[in-house]
Amino acid sequence: MGKLMGKLRLARGNNVIPGFGLSIGITLAMLNFIVLIPLLSILLNLSGMSLGEFWKTITDRQLLAAYKLSFSCALVASVINVFFGILLAWILTRYEFTGRRILDGFIELPFALPTAVAGVSLTTLYSDKGWIGGLFDKIGVKISYTATGITIAMIFIGIPFVVRSIQPVLEKLDRQYEEAAMILGASRSRTFFKVVFPEIFPAALTGFGLAFARAVGEYGSVVFIAGNIPYRTQIVPLLIVSKLEQFNYAAATSVALVMIVFAFVVLFSINIIQARVSKRAGE
Amino acid sequence: MTFVAFASYAAEAANLKPVEITNVSYDPTREFYEDYNKAFQEYWKNKSGQDVTIVQSHGGSGKQARSVLEGNEADVVTLALEQDIVELEKGGLIEPGWIQELPRNSAPYTSTIVFLVRKGNPKNIHDWDDIVKPGVKIITPDPKTSGGAQWNFLAAWAFALNLYQGDEAQTTQFLKDLYGNVTVLDSGARGSTTTFVENGQGDVLLAWENEAFLSLKKYPNDFEIVTPSISILAQPSVAVVDEVAKKRSTQEVAKAYLEYLYSDTAQRLEAQHYYRPSNPDILKEFASVFDLQAKLVNINDDFGGWQAAKTRFFIDGAIFDQIYRK
Repeated sequence: MGKLMGKLRLARGNNVIPGFGLSIGITLAMLNFIVLIPLLSILLNLSGMSLGEFWKTITDRQLLAAYKLSFSCALVASVINVFFGILLAWILTRYEFTGRRILDGFIELPFALPTAVAGVSLTTLYSDKGWIGGLFDKIGVKISYTATGITIAMIFIGIPFVVRSIQPVLEKLDRQYEEAAMILGASRSRTFFKVVFPEIFPAALTGFGLAFARAVGEYGSVVFIAGNIPYRTQIVPLLIVSKLEQFNYAAATSVALVMIVFAFVVLFSINIIQARVSKRAGE
Repeated sequence: MTFVAFASYAAEAANLKPVEITNVSYDPTREFYEDYNKAFQEYWKNKSGQDVTIVQSHGGSGKQARSVLEGNEADVVTLALEQDIVELEKGGLIEPGWIQELPRNSAPYTSTIVFLVRKGNPKNIHDWDDIVKPGVKIITPDPKTSGGAQWNFLAAWAFALNLYQGDEAQTTQFLKDLYGNVTVLDSGARGSTTTFVENGQGDVLLAWENEAFLSLKKYPNDFEIVTPSISILAQPSVAVVDEVAKKRSTQEVAKAYLEYLYSDTAQRLEAQHYYRPSNPDILKEFASVFDLQAKLVNINDDFGGWQAAKTRFFIDGAIFDQIYRK
């Protein structure tokens, strides 16, 4: 806390927005109305539920299967997104080619598109009668209505997080280091892994965390491509909606709470890892 | 003289300010209400001289009910399930007894559950016992997230209960086999139709009759409708949202809006949109469209009402959840 206050005081000397008291006041008020109060209302919705009921609700077998599916698909999707995202960010920052700006603009489309629209089109495209799904069907791979389909939808909605986290870091990265490494005889891959990668690693982690959290909670685009079969292709957000359909607010919010806690733990641990990594890089 | 006439006309016009009402409905009724609203506007103008505009809102029935419950101001609700309106009653928005306020349990039009199969009926599907056979792929929405899907489940249950002469263990096994054949369990009825029709999944779609007709109309060469021997009478309910109508002083027009659904004009309009008119005489006029031979069970006589059916089949841990448990 003392350290934090020190930092704040330090920031006071050369700040652009005047009045620390006023700005932090407004910030906290906004944060309260937009983030904290809605989150707390989740707890409020739970009231009236005993601890035993709560535990029973969140450990239901069908739900356990759904957690497993949601988290494992989200994990695979975010790992793929990190590889793919680094590659995309690399191409966008390091090469000049026609259509680069257009490609750059495309990256955010998954954000702008209503998720249901994305879901419906992905499902059609990857179903065994669709353009891409049809090709895979010939070799016996089913994509829509399976975990593979769910993962693809999660990759789609997660990719902007990774690209946009890594891009600015790559842009700022001083090419001198790479040149130095090459002059000293490092191979291209060695240069990448020893010089470039450590620099973008924290950003990649952030992207991973954001993409993961989003994928776990994503409903609109995933629900169409998932087969929604209990114990097999049912994602957790669908079960939350299913409880809401029964006007069972308490059960729905208890599952939501589990998701929030999980997401928070993931984001928080990534923050910690990141802080360690940056510190080491700084030394 | 002219002045007096003008004055009285002006007074009346001032009295009759245009009024706006909101109809919160569920997904597949969109096209019907677009047509119906025009008919009602004309009727209301002739009857009272007042202009009325109707705002339409469509979505999943349960979701729509929740939005009204949470403050989306609807003067009338026209939802898929009686139970969704009961939730509004529990929330204090609608006065008890609404179901008796309008004829036929406040259900001006009905529908039923039919099978949509691919042209030529390659899997030879004629009744419920044909779709539980191994290798038949079924598409149906999830009863846990879709009101319409609960009708599907209950229709199948009624068939099996009749087949096994009331033996519930065998009936449950039948439903288990049926859902074992389901390859995609969409969260809503429209989603299921898309899965079957647009994405070419499955051999049979369990669908609302009106939705099945719409698919048939869109792709006349691709599908056929099969009406099973036993199905269920689906009664979508309508009600005035008393609290909102009172506040906005729209009670009169809101009530008339729902009553007019029973007029001959509206009943024929419903039939044209493939809803079964609740007026039996008008229904007979459309005997060439609807299969009137199938035996239709109903929720009150055969399942003891919605509340009982929900508790027995669809709440968490009830029969539907059990049939998926290994």
